[in-house]
Amino acid sequence: MAMLKDVRDLTRRELLSHGAKLGLTAFVVGPTFVAAGDAAWATEVKHLKPETMATLIQMARDIYPHDRIADEFYATAVKTYDSEGNAAMIEAGVAALNAAAVGAGFPSYVGTGWERDRVDILRSMEKTPFFQTIRGGLVTGLYNQKAVWPVFGYEGESFSKGGYIDRGFDDINWL
Amino acid sequence: MPAPFDKNDDSVVVVIGTGAGGGVLSNELAQKGVSVVALEAGGRYLPDDYTNDEWESFGQLAWTDPRSTSGDWRVAKDFSGLPAWIVKAVGGSTVHWAGASLRFQEHEWKAATTYGTVQGANLLDWPIDAAEMDPWYTKAENKLGVTRTGGRAGLPGSNNFKVFEAGAKKLGYKEVHTGRMAINSADSDERTACQQTGFCFQGCKWGAKWSSAYTDIPRGEATGNLEVREKAHVVRIEHDKSGKVTGVVYQDADGNQHIQKARVVCVAGNSIESPRLLLNSASSMFPDGLGNSSGQVGRNYMRHMTGSVYAVFDKPVRMWRGTTMAGIISDEARHDPTRGFVGGYEMETLSLGIPFMAAFLDPGGWGREFTTALDAYENMAGMWLVGEDMPRETNRITLNQDVKDKFGLPAPNVHFDDHPNDIAMRTHAYKRGIAVYEAVGATRVFPTPPYPSTHNLGTNRMSANPRDGVVNKWGQSHDVKNLFVSDGSQFTTGAAENPTLTIVALAIRQADHLARELGKGHL
Repeated sequence: MAMLKDVRDLTRRELLSHGAKLGLTAFVVGPTFVAAGDAAWATEVKHLKPETMATLIQMARDIYPHDRIADEFYATAVKTYDSEGNAAMIEAGVAALNAAAVGAGFPSYVGTGWERDRVDILRSMEKTPFFQTIRGGLVTGLYNQKAVWPVFGYEGESFSKGGYIDRGFDDINWL
Repeated sequence: MPAPFDKNDDSVVVVIGTGAGGGVLSNELAQKGVSVVALEAGGRYLPDDYTNDEWESFGQLAWTDPRSTSGDWRVAKDFSGLPAWIVKAVGGSTVHWAGASLRFQEHEWKAATTYGTVQGANLLDWPIDAAEMDPWYTKAENKLGVTRTGGRAGLPGSNNFKVFEAGAKKLGYKEVHTGRMAINSADSDERTACQQTGFCFQGCKWGAKWSSAYTDIPRGEATGNLEVREKAHVVRIEHDKSGKVTGVVYQDADGNQHIQKARVVCVAGNSIESPRLLLNSASSMFPDGLGNSSGQVGRNYMRHMTGSVYAVFDKPVRMWRGTTMAGIISDEARHDPTRGFVGGYEMETLSLGIPFMAAFLDPGGWGREFTTALDAYENMAGMWLVGEDMPRETNRITLNQDVKDKFGLPAPNVHFDDHPNDIAMRTHAYKRGIAVYEAVGATRVFPTPPYPSTHNLGTNRMSANPRDGVVNKWGQSHDVKNLFVSDGSQFTTGAAENPTLTIVALAIRQADHLARELGKGHL
């Protein structure tokens, strides 16, 4: 998680003031930071606007919503777009996403309170290269993070533990 | 130790590819005293190198050279640049394969005769039959150590198998067991017993699963008659004015081009690369590609009717624990046209880890319909459906002049349209697979679309008549007598069964034939 910066030294008050403005679980801390509401993590942005990164994180969660996976992992999954080469495409895509939200009568994408309304907005953009790029990238960006596997019960590597021959490969008891 | 052969030594047999076909053929020839140079496009990875990590392993082993797709098959939409999921490494796809080792059923050698006329299908009988193949199958089963053959015990049933078996029995299926697998159920042949680790597709770190990478290849090398050149990618086969092949041109890891002379060339690069190589070897004498007077090189591409069924239960299954594919229902493998299609299919247990499940469960899917499925991963069971698909002349490998590989050669395009028989069979198989799980209380089921092809077949098919195919019953080119095809591309039809055992049996038989013909001075 080298890309995530610990920001526990930032005051909780400062975080909350920014977060309240956006109404988000992941919110903008300052000119180059996006952080979690509980200040457990933050990510520095170099090429994207912090608001753009916060929107991307919300979009990622709305595409693949897992309520037991923390924002930090969605942030990691989209962090790759914070690059010089991707910035223009992402800023344009997020601008279009916000325009679609405004068109649907909401203040912005992240200002759209209900997931079902945000999903309707995403559905209207489903065929765009921007949506497909973000969705496609998440398949590996999110699900290939070893740290999220335990949420699904998936145990990962087993060779070093001698496989499952003595560790429950046939322990099913409800059939 | 492997004796290096001179590149100008024109007495050697050159084998292109080291998987189930080329790897076995190379060793079998070496054991008989024939000098072999095996050229392998990939590098060499052994059990210590394999990793229990799906994407990392994919990066290590998969053939990811540029390829394009066309046709109405779902793979062209979901994985347009990855039509096939095969391996580029010493051992070829025997590193990745599941290990299912099934003989063809007797009638499957004679598909045209058995099934009769099927509109839009280019069916043909194999020029060989079950009786001819029986002793070669026995040799192959013993080489691979196939469970439930030759007195070898079956593998124990995993959680995923137990769910599958219980459902099958409730439906009245009779032929249900943990499969005939080239995975040791006991230590044998210097390979350990299966430790139920999972990750069979990522290369078996125990070596419990047979792969030519750590059996036939080193054994062939130990004779001193086999030299394996790694990262040697053959780009063209050369011939003389009489139309006999004289050697091959290959690129090494540093991009340098070499010529290896040969007495005989055997092509075993899997059913996309093998026809591509013949097409890329076109010359003024063979303007449509080497050995292609029939026009059948690259045609009749088959990839098996496939699909998967995953199901969620109210209690945990933990399907990833244990052998990836040790469970089979064979009751639907029969030919019974009353079901609305010819040929049959097998149902085989399968599991994927979370990273691959996310990629393959419902490609393109998103939202809570998708994520609630993954949230139930721990309670999920899975099976793969694999059946005979129809050969069609229009399903074919061609050269895509618009897409070039790193050597500047045209990439292969893989065109496939599902035949109505394939669709009818898949629909039936989904229903039966779902029924198996619903019989034991599935709360939700997923009829999952095909993955990139693992069984690539038929693009240099065997035929009695040179007009109908590319090679004769020995895998020998109808047009060029010292050119052979030694992989699954020689399949006349695909049958319902996983193809590796048949590829191995054909390779053992071909080695026997080749050594005899070489000994007589016929080649």
